[in-house]
Amino acid sequence: MRTLKQRKTRAWIFQAIVLLSTVGLTVSFVVIARQNLLSQGIATGFGFLERSTGWPINFALIEITARSPYWRMLLAGLFNTLLVGFLGLAFATFLGIFIGTIRISSNLILNIIGTVYVEIFRNVPLILQAIFWYAILTHLPSPKQAIPLGDFGFLSNRGLILPALDLSMADVYLLLIATAIALYAAIRMQRAGPELARLAMPLPALAFLGVFVLLLFIGRTPDAPLMTLPELRGLRFVGGVSIKPEFTALLIAITVFGGAYIGEIVRGGFLSVDKGKIEAARALGLSAFRINQLVRIPLAIRAMLPALANQYVWLMKATTIGIAIGFPDYFMVVSTAINQSGQTMELIALLMAGFLLINYSIGHAMNRLNTRLAIKGKAA
Amino acid sequence: MAVALAPPATDDNLMAWARRRLFSTWLDGLITVAFGALMIWAVARIVDWGVLDAVWTVAEKDRCREVDGACWSVIGARGRLILFGLYPHDEHWRSTLACIAIILTMGFSCIPKFWGLRRLPALWVAGFAIFILLMYGGILGLPVVRTEQWGGLSLTVFIFAAVVVIGMPLAVVLALARRSPLPVISGVANVIINFVRSLPLLAILFTAAVVVPFVVPDWAQGDKLVRVTLAFALFFACYQAEIIRAGLQAIPSGQEEAASALGMKYWSRVFDIMLPQAFRNSLPSTINQFVITFKETSIVTIIGFFEIMASGNAAVGTGEWVSQFVEVYVFVGAIYFAFVFGLSRYGAYLERRARLTHG
Repeated sequence: MRTLKQRKTRAWIFQAIVLLSTVGLTVSFVVIARQNLLSQGIATGFGFLERSTGWPINFALIEITARSPYWRMLLAGLFNTLLVGFLGLAFATFLGIFIGTIRISSNLILNIIGTVYVEIFRNVPLILQAIFWYAILTHLPSPKQAIPLGDFGFLSNRGLILPALDLSMADVYLLLIATAIALYAAIRMQRAGPELARLAMPLPALAFLGVFVLLLFIGRTPDAPLMTLPELRGLRFVGGVSIKPEFTALLIAITVFGGAYIGEIVRGGFLSVDKGKIEAARALGLSAFRINQLVRIPLAIRAMLPALANQYVWLMKATTIGIAIGFPDYFMVVSTAINQSGQTMELIALLMAGFLLINYSIGHAMNRLNTRLAIKGKAA
Repeated sequence: MAVALAPPATDDNLMAWARRRLFSTWLDGLITVAFGALMIWAVARIVDWGVLDAVWTVAEKDRCREVDGACWSVIGARGRLILFGLYPHDEHWRSTLACIAIILTMGFSCIPKFWGLRRLPALWVAGFAIFILLMYGGILGLPVVRTEQWGGLSLTVFIFAAVVVIGMPLAVVLALARRSPLPVISGVANVIINFVRSLPLLAILFTAAVVVPFVVPDWAQGDKLVRVTLAFALFFACYQAEIIRAGLQAIPSGQEEAASALGMKYWSRVFDIMLPQAFRNSLPSTINQFVITFKETSIVTIIGFFEIMASGNAAVGTGEWVSQFVEVYVFVGAIYFAFVFGLSRYGAYLERRARLTHG
């Protein structure tokens, strides 16, 4: 009885109870799940990934048919999430910088526009915005009465049709690989020394353009066109590349919603810059442009980074609402796969693993950036 | 030799103010004129569409095709569906009263008089209990309305209130556990918080709706709404726990040491010294978390609940009102806006107040 009163013993007993109940719960979950699966005659394990799915998805970066195996379908979903996520993050960042800048400008009209924008789009749920844009896009005229955009593309309820470059999937992969290698080389050169660093900046862009031009002209019969223009034949378009309304609606929603949030982060970042530092720069005789370039923007970016990292992770997770408008992102592919195959536990594990991977990568990248940019001599 | 400059002119008249805010340079003037014109045009278009050219009553709905403006008849015709979902028609008054109960609870919790670790939870539990009594019924002669029939605004409000009422104590527990000196306790809390925070809310709700029946014995499964709400509360708690933890960390360590030195027990230290200060420190972030949570209740649409987002969608899904989707989405958006904007303004007011009192 006396040992029970001792704080240390009590702490150990308490911890043991928590640990045992956690383990016990997990084990009971596994046992019950196994029983349920056995009674339904579903084989556990990841063997189903090799089976063919039997259902199609309407948007994929890799070639997908209804006969594709599960793993390929999941990969297509993951790529879709990454595509809409990263494009959305990039556009939202540009829009956010614009909105943030006009909110801190001295011009009253710009302030009002920025404030109204932020208040409207930040205070309405993302999913409502996505459904709204999707409804707008699918209520556009049919392909027969499509709205022409100059001589290039058409906007109809089937999506946005644009001219397509005559590149195969293999060409696109080559292009991506070449750019990635160049990017890696550029990072290495930047670390190597100041002379090489200057050369490093344009390298990825040059590699991209060079390989792009090479691919476009090599191995092509002279009379084949470089581009295919969309043409209306009967009730649908032939040629060109069509961007589905599901994708466009989700991208617009993430851009517009994220832009409002990032706009606030940008504004906060600029407002957090110490007034004294700006005054000091002015006293040193720097021009307004140089003050922005050398003092205000670098300091503001450092203040923004942590909030921006959170916002990026949040937006990436928010792409899952694409399922509400039928965009086959990773979540939608997984949930369809669960309905079709019944492999609930395995697929949920894959779903979680996918998002853990994406979010930890973003978090890690932003942390690296943060430490790299941290003001020297100050603890990060 | 420095030349002394005249002090900057103070703008005490309208002209100087306009010069500074609208026409400071010629480029600024150009922007003012161009964007000002754009703004006036946009406002005029919206007023034309939404007010001047709009059709307002259900009786006039045949005119909707002829006019360019909004057709608000759809709200008259489908408003009940949007606000109440599938809730039985004769019992709509209960749904309305239940909503009002929660909104009043939210209103009361904004008054500083109710702030306190005992008063505030009591207020919310009471408001929440009244809500459930009214919505579910079964006593005082009210017929039972099962949760499958709940819908519209009251379901949105229910999910929000339930998530806050269940999530807040859970958040406190998680925050305290994470700061615990016992390695197993802080480790378990750490794993739960980080794991949940790195997953999308939708994935967690989906797991609760679809996977939990697989791994839990039949007697413990409960209703789908209860499962999803609990999962949402866990998600909320993991974010809120980090906010409370930040609030706890901002308290100087001397406070807790002083309390220990006075011989105060752990629970007394936590509830009388630490938590009141932690909540005060983290008030702005907490309000922000409420705002996010209110908006995220719309995600349960995807799991198959008929809250206001889904019922709005259903109102324009089929039938005669298909082309009035803009009006309905604007209506639903305005309801969300009213709640969320109100909350965030209140948060901004609290922040200003805190700055004034703490210098």
